[in-house]
Amino acid sequence: MSSATVALSARQLERSPSHTATIYLKEAKYEFLKNLRLRMYTASVLSFPIMFYVLFGLVLNSKEAINGMHVPTYLIATYGTFGVMGASLFGTTAGLASDRGLGWLQVKRASPMPPFAYFAAKVITSMIFSAVIVVALFTLGITLGGVRMPVGDFARLLGTLVAGSLPFSAMGLALGYFTGPNSAPATINLIYLPMSFCSGLWVPFMFLPKVVRQIALVLPPYHLSQLALGIVGAGRHESNATHWEVLLAFTMICLGVARIGFQRDQEKMYG
Amino acid sequence: MSATVELLQRADAANSDLIVASLEAVNKNYGSVRALRGVDFRVRAGEVVALLGPNGAGKTTAVKLLLGLMQPNGGRVRVFAGDPTNPENRMRTGAMLQVGRVPETLRVREHIDLFSAYYEKPMASAEILAAAGLEKLRDRKFGDLSGGQKQRVLFALAICGDPDLLFLDEPTVGLDVEARRMLWEEIRRMVARGKTVLLTTHYLQEADALADRVAVIHQGQIIAQGTPSQIKAQTAGKRIRCITRLSLNSLRQIPGVTEAREDREAVELRAVEAEPIVRELLARDAHLSGLEVTSAGLEEAFLALTRDTAPDEDHSR
Repeated sequence: MSSATVALSARQLERSPSHTATIYLKEAKYEFLKNLRLRMYTASVLSFPIMFYVLFGLVLNSKEAINGMHVPTYLIATYGTFGVMGASLFGTTAGLASDRGLGWLQVKRASPMPPFAYFAAKVITSMIFSAVIVVALFTLGITLGGVRMPVGDFARLLGTLVAGSLPFSAMGLALGYFTGPNSAPATINLIYLPMSFCSGLWVPFMFLPKVVRQIALVLPPYHLSQLALGIVGAGRHESNATHWEVLLAFTMICLGVARIGFQRDQEKMYG
Repeated sequence: MSATVELLQRADAANSDLIVASLEAVNKNYGSVRALRGVDFRVRAGEVVALLGPNGAGKTTAVKLLLGLMQPNGGRVRVFAGDPTNPENRMRTGAMLQVGRVPETLRVREHIDLFSAYYEKPMASAEILAAAGLEKLRDRKFGDLSGGQKQRVLFALAICGDPDLLFLDEPTVGLDVEARRMLWEEIRRMVARGKTVLLTTHYLQEADALADRVAVIHQGQIIAQGTPSQIKAQTAGKRIRCITRLSLNSLRQIPGVTEAREDREAVELRAVEAEPIVRELLARDAHLSGLEVTSAGLEEAFLALTRDTAPDEDHSR
């Protein structure tokens, strides 16, 4: 029997739906608690987007406008995207690379844990942290930056950004399978920071050099930020369907890569 | 007559039913490294088996194959008469593996709560904490525990589903004597509850303290199997070193000396028991000096065992 058939045909245990739900809930709860208590994670993932927003959106440019757009409002969309991307990448890649490389995942795989629960917990945790970041930006923007928009728009922006956690969680899972426990954080930064810059998350898109703007068109954070900017009325009026399609395609590719890594792991021994 | 045959057949069937885990002619390679070479090994219900061997002998590989974490390159791996990757088997087995890093920010009781949730009929959390000696540490974060306490948490996770079959991979590696004895006590308590246990160790003493049966594994092959006392008889031995005028030939003739060789200015003898030899040596050579008696290490015992079973192997190292 080859490793691939084992991985694909691994039957699921017949559990009652309520037992399965309990496992998924607990897996997600403890994944969330684990990251919440990890100062490395909360410090970098939560504080950077919030700090940037306070500095560039509230302290320095709060009376300015970008293309006629109120800066604190514009930056909620772009730093929101930046925050979601960081929470999702760090929430999945670092944990997975370390669990894989240092043997913890094998302990879990030897138990009757449903394998999907492990991945779902990481994705759900990333989405919760993403929501926390976006809500924090909203709160700051409304109270200190004079951000005003209809409640429906707030809800749509929050929903879009939190859904936007999925492509980056998928990317994180793929990266987690192809990086080691020590190299994972550096690898994330190597991808996350240039991608954020090129997608116009730090410097508004129209101020970027032309060549960078062309690169941006193939980067997923560009498409997520354009969806978010579209909601606050500062998008580039491209088709929303195209943005969603690019994000979906990117998610599928990443999940495919993660699956290759998952199957490869069935046969490889670590530690 | 026929009744006897029938009885025998029934007994046979019962015996094969009793095998809960087995490796049958199993080969496992990592690239060009042959980790297991034609290993045949069985674990019967209710027994405690120790897989004893030095580092790199293939112990962990055997456990991971039995847990369905890897596939063999050849041969057959069976657990509860089925494929080890069967999810049903995972409900009935518990595993303590060697882990580089366990999530450190979760508390002991949280780790146990999560793993207990995976099982149909987990033990009560208080019972798990008591069985692993963790009552006072339940609210501690994993990262704040000592090495021995961490091992006890991993042990707790292995037993929390109240499994029929326990795999313990080097459960006491790196622990001090006291922590090791505490874990032994906890393992014995699980055995008393009727669990089947396969443990790996590189301490003969540990195998002796816990196991009904020992299989010695070396360079990917099982080189000896038996009760702990049988294995000890095969592997135990003393090394006697002294400076003497007696010739090697006359030394070899002392009853009980299995080996004699020159070692720089002294001679080195091997024997199962040291006392009669030493008595004889002192009687024969009044000027004998520099007498030292040491236990042959397990590593040397393995070499002795492999020399008997595989004369073609190179043991110059």
